[in-house]
Formats: sequence, C-alpha cells, structure tokens
Amino acid sequence: MKEFKILAVVIFFTLVTYWLVEPFAHSQMHAHVESEGFSYDDLPPLEKTGDATRGQDLVMGAGGCIGCHSIESAGFPAAMDAVTNSASYGVNPPDLSNAGGIYEPKFLAALIKNPTQALMVEHKFTPESGKMHPMIAFYGAGGDIDQEVADMVAYLQSIAPKPDQITPAQAFETACGRCHSVKYENWTQIGEKPVFKKKRDELVFLTQLEDYNANLMGYMGKLPPDLSMYIRSRGEHYLSTFIENPQNLLHGTAMPRVGVSKDGAEKVLEYLVEAGDPKHAERDSVGVKVMIFLLVFAAASYLWKKEIWKDLH
Amino acid sequence: MAHFTKATSVHDWLNQRLAIDTLQRVLSKEYWIPKNINFLWAMGMVLAFTFGILLVSGIFLLMYYQPHVDTAFDSVNFTIMREVEFGWLWRHVHAVAASVVFLIIYIHMLTGIYYGSYKKGREMIWISGMLLFVAFSAEAFSGYMLPWGQMSYWAGMVITNLFSLGSLEFNGLVEWIRGDYVPGQAFLDRFFMLHVLLIPLAILGLIGLHFGALRIPHVNNQDGEEFDFDEEAAKYKAGKKKESKVIAFANDFLSKDMFVVSIYLIFFFYLVFWHFGFAMDPINFDPADGLKTPPHIYPEWYFLWSYEILRPFPKDPGLVAFGIAQVIFFLLPWLDRSPNAVPASRRGLFFFWFWAMVIDLIVLTAMGKLPPQGIYSTIGLYAAGFFFLLWIILPFITKSEKRV
Repeated sequence: MKEFKILAVVIFFTLVTYWLVEPFAHSQMHAHVESEGFSYDDLPPLEKTGDATRGQDLVMGAGGCIGCHSIESAGFPAAMDAVTNSASYGVNPPDLSNAGGIYEPKFLAALIKNPTQALMVEHKFTPESGKMHPMIAFYGAGGDIDQEVADMVAYLQSIAPKPDQITPAQAFETACGRCHSVKYENWTQIGEKPVFKKKRDELVFLTQLEDYNANLMGYMGKLPPDLSMYIRSRGEHYLSTFIENPQNLLHGTAMPRVGVSKDGAEKVLEYLVEAGDPKHAERDSVGVKVMIFLLVFAAASYLWKKEIWKDLH
Repeated sequence: MAHFTKATSVHDWLNQRLAIDTLQRVLSKEYWIPKNINFLWAMGMVLAFTFGILLVSGIFLLMYYQPHVDTAFDSVNFTIMREVEFGWLWRHVHAVAASVVFLIIYIHMLTGIYYGSYKKGREMIWISGMLLFVAFSAEAFSGYMLPWGQMSYWAGMVITNLFSLGSLEFNGLVEWIRGDYVPGQAFLDRFFMLHVLLIPLAILGLIGLHFGALRIPHVNNQDGEEFDFDEEAAKYKAGKKKESKVIAFANDFLSKDMFVVSIYLIFFFYLVFWHFGFAMDPINFDPADGLKTPPHIYPEWYFLWSYEILRPFPKDPGLVAFGIAQVIFFLLPWLDRSPNAVPASRRGLFFFWFWAMVIDLIVLTAMGKLPPQGIYSTIGLYAAGFFFLLWIILPFITKSEKRV
C-alpha cells in the first residue's frame, strides 16, 4: 500500500508540472479565439432568391466576371496563364467552377458588391495608399442590385459540384492554393509540379514559379508560407479560426478572409491534415496493437514477480 | 595459457574462454540488493531501458536524417515522417523518450535526495549520476538542434550567446563555438557529431562508472537501515531467503524491475501514439528562419527551472546564478552535514527543506515557460532567490540534526 501512496505523490507532482508548462502556459501565451461557426455575421444577409439563368447572363455579360476569371466547367478557359495573370493582378484570379460549392453564399454576394470589405483587406487598400484592389466592385446592371447579385450567386452555385463531390484537394486549391504552396503534397502556387523527364522542362516550370512568386510577393508584401507542416505547427483549432478570420489572430495581415463555408473549411483542414500528418490512421491502429501486447507483457511480468517473491517474504 | 579441455557443450566451451559462470554470479546471481526497497529503486532500470530505446530509435533515424541546413528539416518531417515505413514511429519514440527520460531522471534524483542515498560512502554514486545528468542535458540540447526548426535555431542562438559571459563580451568565443556569426552549417555539423557520437560515448562510459560506483557501498534502502551485506548474503545462500535482508539482483530484483518497466512502457507508448505533441514544441515545425524571431523563446520543459534562475536577474548576476545552479547539486553530499542516511521524513527540518525544494523547482519550471511579464517575473525572481536561500541554509539545518 505504501508503494501506491508513493506512486500517487509522483503522479500528482508530474501532472501539476505538466499542467503548468503545457495547458496553462500556452493559454497565457496565446489568446484564445472562438470559432464563429463560419456564419460571417458582419456581412449583410442574403435576402433575395436568385435565378441562375439571369445570373448566367450577368456573369457572362454586365457583371464582367469572365474578363478576369475563367470558368472551366462552363467552357470558359483562362485567357492568360497564371504567370501573366499574376503580373496584371498580383495573384492569379481563381477559376469560378467550384466557387459556389466552397464559399459561403453570403460571402460571395458581399464579395461581388464590395471585395475589400468581404475579404477584410480594407486596411491595405486605403484611398491614401493609392492601391486599388484588383477585383472591382460590381455597381449593378441597371436593376435591383441585390437581386442581380443573388442571381449571380445562384448561377455560381448551379454550376458548382455538390459539396460532397468536391475533394479536399479541390477545396484547398481554390481557396488557398494560388498563394500557398504545400511542397509535401507537391503543390506549388501555379499547380501541381509534374514529373519531368528533362531537366530543361523542369527549369522552365521552376522559372515560371519564380516569376509568379515574385509577382505574388510584390502583391502580398512577402511570400505566403508553405503550409506542409502547418497542421503540426499551428494545430487544427488555430487554422480553422485563422481561415475564418485571419485578422483575429494576426492583426493587420495581408491575407484576405477566405470566406469558405463550414463544409469548405473542413475540407481545407482535411487536406492539411493529410499533408502534415498522413500517418494518423496507421498510428491509431498500430497503437492499439502495441497496447494489447504491453498489457499482456505487464500481466506476465506481474505473475513472474509474484512467483519469485513468494520465497522471499 | 590456461588449461583447456575438450568442451562438453556450447556453454562449457564459452565458460572455459569467457568465464560466463563467474560473470553471471558476480553481475546478477550474487549481486546483492536490499529487500526493503520500493519501486522508486527500479527507476535505474527504467532509465537504462529508456536509454536503450533512444539508442535504437536514434540509429534508425540516423539512416535517413541529413545534417544539412537546406535538407535537415525536410529529411525529418518529410522523408522520415512520410516516406520511410514506420519512420513516424521511430521519430515519435525518440522524441517522447528524450522528454520522458528527464522526468525519470528527476524522479531518480529526488528519490536519492529524499532517502539520503548520496551520503556516507555513496558520494561517487551521486557525482557520477550528476555527471550523467549533465551529459544527458548536452545530448538533449544537441539533438534538439538537428531538425533545424525555428526553436532549434533560436534556442541555439540563445544558449550559445551565454558563452559571451555577460559583460566580458567574449564574442570571439561564441563565434568559435558556432563556427559562424549565427547558427549555420558549421554549427549543425558539430552538433550532429556531438549528438550521435561524442556525447553518447561519454554517456555509455558514465553509465559504467555509475554502475561501478554502486558495487562497494551497495544501494541504500527505504528505511535507511545499515546492515552487513556479507552476513545477510550468507543467510540467503544458506537457503534462509525469508530471514535474509538481501536478495539477488537476478532474478529476484529483476522480476520487480521488469514489472515496473512494463507499467512504465504502457505509459510511454500511450504518449508515443496519442500524446506525442507534449514532447514536441509546435514552433519547431516551422523551418528555421534567421530573419523571424519567435514571440516567445523558451527551452524544453526540463531546462526551464535553470533558465528561470538566469532570467529574472540582471545580465551578469543572472549568469553567475545560472552557473551556480548548474553545479550546486554536485556539492549536495558535502552541504548536507547530517550523519543520517535515512528518509527525509525522519530527519526533522530536512523534510521541509526537501519539499520546499521540490515545490520551488516546479514554480521555477512554470515561470521559466511563462512570458517574463508582470506577476510572473516577480514570482520568478522570488523563486530564484528562494532556491539560493535553500542551499545557504542547508548546512545549518543539517548540522543541527540529531543522529537517529
């Protein structure tokens, strides 16, 4: 019994020390940010019901979307390649094929009407700085602007795959992949790096990547970090709340609010988990087997000890 | 040359050449251990086991790790963690063992202090143990550099800066240690060598010394009882095992050791599979960046108490305090002037001294991690001052202790 008392004392002091240097210290060092459930309460609600057919006319015509954006699924390929686009806009404008399935409809509507507000980059594109946001706000085609915006959102939703058909990689590429690389998944800002047979072809690709990133660096102020290990260095909670509103955790950052839906955010996180911690399932299954072995080992060693010590006491 | 006869078995063949029967007798069958010791005495075996785990997992990691500033981070986080089958297991085992080994070392040390096992003839056990602690510290620090993450880089910067010796500004010495103005390739190369060769060799030698130091004084026991080992061993050998106060190391104590080790392994592998994050600072999963200082720089948890003795004081006194804190535990056998080698619970004031020391070390550990602001720096300063006060009063309170 005395040994149990000693063990309890050892465990008590170990746990106190652990609590102080891990949960407690980290709570004091990092402000805790609660998730808002991807509701984007600061943005105006979407009150009108959109009509996808009218929306299509607006997107293709008066809305001017396809002046900069491609919509591959609707047969509108990009007019310029990523590097040329980045030279014009700072960053390659996203293809809109998946937008309706990944982003919150309310966010898309706010983005069309006032990009800097929806993206939370008003601190960067001030009138004094003389910088213009590359995406121009939509001022209406002559009718009820709210109805027109709702129609455009309805169109984007109608052409997008259903949320359960969008893969984590697609969600990541549309939402994050034009600024961030994930080299452990072979992802670069201009797409997946192919396997090259000739060194020359690889150098051409790398040169394009360098040019793109130089433009991106000029636009963002620094090259956005590679996200391969972010699931380990930041953790899921931090990343989730950061994706929801970067300003909450890194005030003044040049990173825009992404505007993904709850489902879209989960897909992005799933992608990052696979990039930085791909062996989590294997760890669990091997762990259970090792534990079973150790329990048998402990039982056997206890019986051995009992057998030997019965002659000693 | 000795006389060799035709061997009757493999055992006999080996016995004639290596005297394995004699070795087994001296090292296990007739290596006497007191009977009245509790599971805390098995911590030595737990440490030996953990060191074995570190050695084996380290060898596997060594096959894929690349000691180069451009590839070190990816060789650990990509190659070992993703490409190599079960590389993640070796990496987590190595990282968790590196952290847990210090928990066990501290339990082992505090056990020694509580039961007075450093006194009267056992000084060499204590000193060789403290040397092992220093060697393990150097091993842990040099290993922490190798993944070349953000905290590796900045911890390397901070710790090597200590060698400028405060106002003496021995900057040449810092650069000589680093091989560069900032941690770079030369720095990584030499820490790699230290971690995989020189310090492990020193540890192996010191483990030999530590075990050897036990031979003549024998291990202490939980009642602080003094008895004649030869006399008790004679009783044991005469078959009076129940009356004898000693038992053989093998298989008697070994069976208890193994039971404790098996319980420890459950705890250890629980951490490996489901809680490895506690041993790995998240900041170290960002690659080293010399242009971006992390908001908080702190060492691993096992160095926090001595870091906090450095931090609350001004530069020079802080460095002196830090230097003293590193060596003061070596002097314990001489600063404790009591004639008793019994548990602290029977030693009057020393009992309070022991628990005050434990609590002070925990407070220092906590404050070493917290940002040095407001109330935390005040608590840190008092806790560091209290640490020295405890060492100053130790000779006086132990001198007045009565023989029990």
